[in-house]
Amino acid sequence: MEFIGYMGDVFTPINFALLLIGTIGGLILGATPGLSPTMAVALLIPFTFKLDATQGLILLGAAYTSTVAGGAVSAILLKIPGAPANIATTLDGHTMARNGQGAKALQLSFLASLVGGVFGVMLLIFLTPVLAQWALAFGPSHLFWLAILGVTVIGSLDSSSVVKGLLSGCIGLWLATIGFDDIMGAQRFIFHDAVAGGINIIPALIGLFAIPQVITMFANGRKPSEAEVLSVERHPIRKAISEVARRTRALSIGTAVGSFIGLIPGVGGQIAGLVAYDQSKKVSSERAKFGTGHSEGIIAAESANNAMVGPSLVPLLTLSIPGSPTAAVLLGGLLIHGIFPGSDLFDNHPQVAWTFINSMLIGQIMMCIFGLYVAGLAARVAQVPNAVMAAVVLGLAVFGSYSVQHSMGDVYVMAALGTGMYFLERFGFSAAPLVLGLILGPIAEANFVQGSMIANATSNLGTYFLTGPLNLTLIGIVVASIVYSVWMELRHRRYTTKDEAVAKEEALS
Amino acid sequence: MSAMWQTQHVVASGIVAAVGVAVAYISYTAQPAQAFLFPRLISTVFVVLALWTFGKALIGKTKVGNGLNRTQMINIAPGLVVALIYIFWAAKGLGFYTATTIAFFILLTLYDPAPHNKLRTWIKRVLITAGFLAVMYGLFAMLLKVYTPREIFF
Repeated sequence: MEFIGYMGDVFTPINFALLLIGTIGGLILGATPGLSPTMAVALLIPFTFKLDATQGLILLGAAYTSTVAGGAVSAILLKIPGAPANIATTLDGHTMARNGQGAKALQLSFLASLVGGVFGVMLLIFLTPVLAQWALAFGPSHLFWLAILGVTVIGSLDSSSVVKGLLSGCIGLWLATIGFDDIMGAQRFIFHDAVAGGINIIPALIGLFAIPQVITMFANGRKPSEAEVLSVERHPIRKAISEVARRTRALSIGTAVGSFIGLIPGVGGQIAGLVAYDQSKKVSSERAKFGTGHSEGIIAAESANNAMVGPSLVPLLTLSIPGSPTAAVLLGGLLIHGIFPGSDLFDNHPQVAWTFINSMLIGQIMMCIFGLYVAGLAARVAQVPNAVMAAVVLGLAVFGSYSVQHSMGDVYVMAALGTGMYFLERFGFSAAPLVLGLILGPIAEANFVQGSMIANATSNLGTYFLTGPLNLTLIGIVVASIVYSVWMELRHRRYTTKDEAVAKEEALS
Repeated sequence: MSAMWQTQHVVASGIVAAVGVAVAYISYTAQPAQAFLFPRLISTVFVVLALWTFGKALIGKTKVGNGLNRTQMINIAPGLVVALIYIFWAAKGLGFYTATTIAFFILLTLYDPAPHNKLRTWIKRVLITAGFLAVMYGLFAMLLKVYTPREIFF
């Protein structure tokens, strides 16, 4: 119950103001199609430089929480999910809005998000300190395998092609080795002055998430937006509260599925909503109503999306392994303030850790309250034309990257990585494993080198890295995630290759 | 599978494979060897996966990735050229705020679906550009105190 002691810190004027800004800003950014939660958080990092670690994390955490919930606004009112996590919400939410119940759909969505989100953060509160202490037992070989696990799980589960996902992870790991070697001081892969000091993680994150989105907007050309904002009629909030309370099955399925999926590194929120929606539909006595504007569909999907947020930070705060691309961006936010996750965070910076976690708890409540009021404005912002959005994001990316170290080199790295990533994505490569490789590369290398030294002194390399119950468990999970993903990919192809080929031909013609 | 789609995949995976081979070559030949221990490990996996992907693209077995069609290329080209000139030359050469204003206005003009022949459209674009510049100046120069290259004007 240590967290209660730090609850008051959330309510200092500056911290609370930042929480408010992050929540409202996140709701608006989340509602904007094309601005994913990861990209929104990455673009916000430069604004945390002038803040202390706690304040910076409060801003980023609030933005993370509310961008996920804000995505439901455009999903419901525009039929455009603000983020991939909100796809399932579109199915019933937009239909309900079309039937003249837009306000009810929004209220159900934010109330379900609140319940799921609070449960997820409670899991974060109770699991994190326990796991952080357990992580103290980890040696270099275990941390090496954990870092590799982070890359392979996200590379195999988050990508449409396992090989290309893993290859993206390898590219990220290689990019992380650019610069001077920490031990020998040797130059490695320095082919331009801009990367002499290595690749700075913040400009890289901004480039990898923002620039592909800018180019995607360019690819749409001068096409006018066809989205039409549905009008929102008034709906009493108490009716929505009693509806959510009545739909306990959908709410508990969504919350449980989201929390579980959030804990698995790499899986993230993209599938939490869809899995919860699907499971809720299977056990519902009114399954025929799903897709026709049924409240259970919205409640299951949105409670899952926000229940995922808290648990996705558990591997990050305990083992330094970001569970999702957004968590990877938050890790970048921690590192720029000189704070390393794990037991160090809770032992040496408890005020930072607990104020941040508490702010996420309060942020869930604020997200629900303000979400209902900001929804109309957010839906209007979501209609900002692509041309404006692309130019704004490009400008923010350039200024944000430059402000990290006042270096044009960082801006060049941001642009080069972002442009390259756009083209790689067009050919089936994925940004998430590349980012994880870039972030976990130094952790993997430091522990590999340290482990090699221990192995040379005590046993041989193979014995040190490939034996022992914990090493074998981690290797087993790495192999299992790859084998499972290959099996799923082959099964998927067996049934859909023909359709996909036809769709591709149509898209190209 | 269209020939253009396959060619695109061969070129893309070929570039990745070439990078993989170069990384592996440097990792195994550069000195001191101790500093390249980890790069050797990852470059081995990198090159195997890259060559596998390249081989599959060569024999037309690639299943994932839509590539780029002609319309997308035509749409992207002007915006990308403006963005790259802005980032790699104008931002430093003309100063951040001047270059951002010009790039923002050009991109808005290129991709705004509103008709070019109406005065109202142009006034709207100028106002949006000015508003954006004011916000950026307020945020970065005044709030965050980031000193950016100024060069001409401000």
